[in-house]
Amino acid sequence: MEKVDYNYAIVRSFVTWSIIWGVVAVLVGVIVSLQMVDPDLNFPPYLTFGRLRPIHTNAGIYGWGVGSIFATFLFIVQRLCKVPLWSNGLAKFQLWFFNATIIASAVTLLLGYTTSKEYHEMEWPIDVMIVILWVAFAINIIMTILKRKDEQMYISLWYMMASLVGVAILFLVNSAAEPVSLFKSYSAYAGTNDANVHWWFGHNAVAMALTAPPLAMFYYFLPKSTGVPIYSHRLSIVAFWSLIFMYLWTGAHHLLWTPVPDWIQTLAMGFSVMLIAPSWGSVFNGYLSMNGQWHQMRENYLVKFLILGITFYGLQTLQGPMQAVRTFSAFIHYTDWVPAHIHMGTMGWVSMIAFGSIYYLTPRIYGKQLYSIPLANLHFWLILIGQLIWSISLWVAGVLQAGMWNAMNPDGSLTYTFMETMVEMYPYWWARAIGGVIYFIGVLVFIYNLVKTVGKGDEESSEQALAEGRA
Amino acid sequence: MWEKRPVIFLVLATAAILVGTIVTMVLPFAWVNTDADRIEGVKPYTALQQEGRDVYIREGCNNCHSQTVRPLVSDVLRYGEYSKSGEFVYDRPFLWGSKRTGPDLARLGGKYPDEWHYKHMESPRSMVPKTNMPDYGWLADNQLDPHMIQRKMEVLDFPFTADEIKGLNGKNEMDAMVAYMQKLGSDIPWRQATETTIVGDLVNPYPNVDHATMEPWEEIYAANCAACHGEHLEGVIGPELVGEAYDEETLFTLIYTGIQDGGMPSFASLGTDKVWKLVNFIKYYNQGENH
Ligand code: HEC
Ligand code: HEC
Ligand code: HEM
Ligand code: HEM
Repeated sequence: MEKVDYNYAIVRSFVTWSIIWGVVAVLVGVIVSLQMVDPDLNFPPYLTFGRLRPIHTNAGIYGWGVGSIFATFLFIVQRLCKVPLWSNGLAKFQLWFFNATIIASAVTLLLGYTTSKEYHEMEWPIDVMIVILWVAFAINIIMTILKRKDEQMYISLWYMMASLVGVAILFLVNSAAEPVSLFKSYSAYAGTNDANVHWWFGHNAVAMALTAPPLAMFYYFLPKSTGVPIYSHRLSIVAFWSLIFMYLWTGAHHLLWTPVPDWIQTLAMGFSVMLIAPSWGSVFNGYLSMNGQWHQMRENYLVKFLILGITFYGLQTLQGPMQAVRTFSAFIHYTDWVPAHIHMGTMGWVSMIAFGSIYYLTPRIYGKQLYSIPLANLHFWLILIGQLIWSISLWVAGVLQAGMWNAMNPDGSLTYTFMETMVEMYPYWWARAIGGVIYFIGVLVFIYNLVKTVGKGDEESSEQALAEGRA
Repeated sequence: MWEKRPVIFLVLATAAILVGTIVTMVLPFAWVNTDADRIEGVKPYTALQQEGRDVYIREGCNNCHSQTVRPLVSDVLRYGEYSKSGEFVYDRPFLWGSKRTGPDLARLGGKYPDEWHYKHMESPRSMVPKTNMPDYGWLADNQLDPHMIQRKMEVLDFPFTADEIKGLNGKNEMDAMVAYMQKLGSDIPWRQATETTIVGDLVNPYPNVDHATMEPWEEIYAANCAACHGEHLEGVIGPELVGEAYDEETLFTLIYTGIQDGGMPSFASLGTDKVWKLVNFIKYYNQGENH
């Protein structure tokens, strides 16, 4: 067999940088969670909750999330196509432009240059940078696919390509704005239209950045880690097409009971409930692939990360549709329930899959065995416990808060003032902050393990590491 | 087949994405913000208000505050008339928010006097001790830039006069913020329309109440009234409250319905029971052990 000269250097760099931005995201997450319990931790003008929270969300989604997507996709596409990257130069450009974009985003957000639109806060010059970045990435992936050696495209490639076009469409439409200066612009849309366009973007950013790409990783790394192929190809076809078709109808479930026309809300509600089917298509496909392999949950730490990840995806895609139902939304919308939903998705699903994928990659791109499997297990338990404390405490908080907001006296007046409901949140916000710190410690263990691995003296050939496979 | 043809695959995937996009995102432009939505009385922001709005965006207030009242009983009771599409036609971007760490602000305009806002923005905890809202007193140190604001008004295509722009000289970001706060949700005359009316006879449910019973009621006063009427009823933003000055029914009505043009908010949302407790507290608490 001829030897292909895969570009692993770029994968190594992206792994490193995505982890660096991940640490920033989690650290700022801990800081904002503490600001919510103690407002004295706000240091105006730059370090206030209002400015730091978007840095947390964007560093999380774009720095850590998309960073690890870049790392894994650049690896997966070469392996699945059995050819090296189309252009190493372009990939290098992508790496440095990615870091430049993230740094520019963080700095401008600190300075208060923001559009206020969630997950699209960065002002227009950075939007331009993001477009360039995405085009560079997309061209490299698509060109590599076009010159592939393996004719059949594996499932992971479908999800990748869908997210390439999906993100491009969403981002371009939602970016439309009239600039006033380099640092200020006004949205091209107004009021209710702006809200509707924005949440069409917002929800599908979840679809195209936090659902399709982790699914691509899952479909690739699970069989690689277990050594057993995916259960059903046909199921994955049905799940894929229905997922990307249905997602786009659901944006308005973020806008239930608002002035957005009712019929859009109703469509969003209906399609959200239908989304359970394609979402669980992937969950089942993952579980059934484990038939006869469940013992690996104990023996193989990679499988633990991936299967727990897909389990949180399953829970997330049951909870999401529930929140999209008008009556339930009336209750929990605007409460602390919603951040609990979000963090089960980001800390559970997306991050678990990313951690598992990076553990799979590290021995292969460095040609060294993992430094310590017990530490990987410790990492697993710390982030699992941290995330569960985070989410469970805020689900309870959200229900309590919603109940108090809605409580009425016999004479038809409200039982609680706003502040009476708000002070009840403090213990739960404390618990969340503690969960966050535990999670952060887990991430530090992960980094320690990787640094030790990379720094190990006993070089083995990458062939050996590959053969050893399920480390 | 598509599984072997990346270009065809990309075309198909794009098509799948575009169907829902066109129906739920593109088509609504045909209905939303058209004449059917327009509400008379909804005016564009003035230069000062728009600048306040931009500061609101810059500081990320939307991370803690929403700006839409839903047509749900508890929302309407707590915040006021529910929001209409036509009220937002000048909002670029929209600021509806997704989280209520603090209360909704869609109907804030006219709820408090300006003075309350200046004090609250400078130190929220001096008014509401347990709040987690950060201090924004430093906004008062930042002078406005009339030249830039004029540019913004031109880009937005909002009407303004040269005098208006000149008037911005010497004003600061805090002034702009307060002007914006007072505009929120007040373009439609909802306060007048929903003015609380009291039906039935007003009978004090706690006649001849003793001092000890009233003691815990001080907390209701401290939480809701002290910021404006002073810890000891001595008066700050609102006047001193002198128990003997009112009879029970008048006092109840004043608190329950508020004084709209005087900056005294309505406290109907506290419920009749708490308002009666306040009436007794104000009228009798300071008059010794037994009255
Ligand atoms: C960390 C969250 C947080 C941030 C950020 C925040 N607020 Fe608040 N805000 C609150 C809370 C909680 C309350 C309720 C208690 C109080 O009045 O302070 C509140 C109350 C208010 C009120 C009074 C509303 C009413 O009906 O009584 C106004 C006005 C207000 N905030 C304006 C702002 C503005 C303007 C900004 C941005 C410059 C801002 N807030 C930023 C949390 C926040
Ligand atoms: C935002 C500040 C504010 C708050 C909070 C507030 N008030 Fe007032 N209140 C005022 C102002 C201002 C006036 C004067 C209105 C006028 O006379 O035009 C007033 C007037 C009154 C009056 C009539 C006084 C008079 O002699 O005319 C009473 C009684 C009163 N308030 C009771 C209360 C009670 C009880 C509470 C708490 C539930 C309360 N207020 C909370 C601002 C406030
Ligand atoms: C079938 C799938 C899903 C559906 C139907 C769904 C539904 C919803 C709904 C209705 C909300 C709004 C809650 C509210 O504000 O009242 C929401 C919020 C959110 N969801 Fe999901 N969800 C799904 C899956 C996911 C996944 C997999 C993630 C991955 C991380 C995710 C991340 C988020 C985020 C980040 C928000 C917050 C948006 C905001 O800022 O308000 N969701 N989801
Ligand atoms: C230790 C870990 C973390 C902590 C302590 C933390 C903390 C927080 C806090 C306090 C908020 C604000 C919630 C509110 O306004 O009520 C928040 C919001 C958010 N976080 Fe995190 N976070 C963590 C990890 C992450 C990660 C890894 C991601 C993404 C990959 C993420 C994505 C988000 C998003 C999208 C929101 C917005 C929520 C919304 O719109 O309502 N977080 N986080």
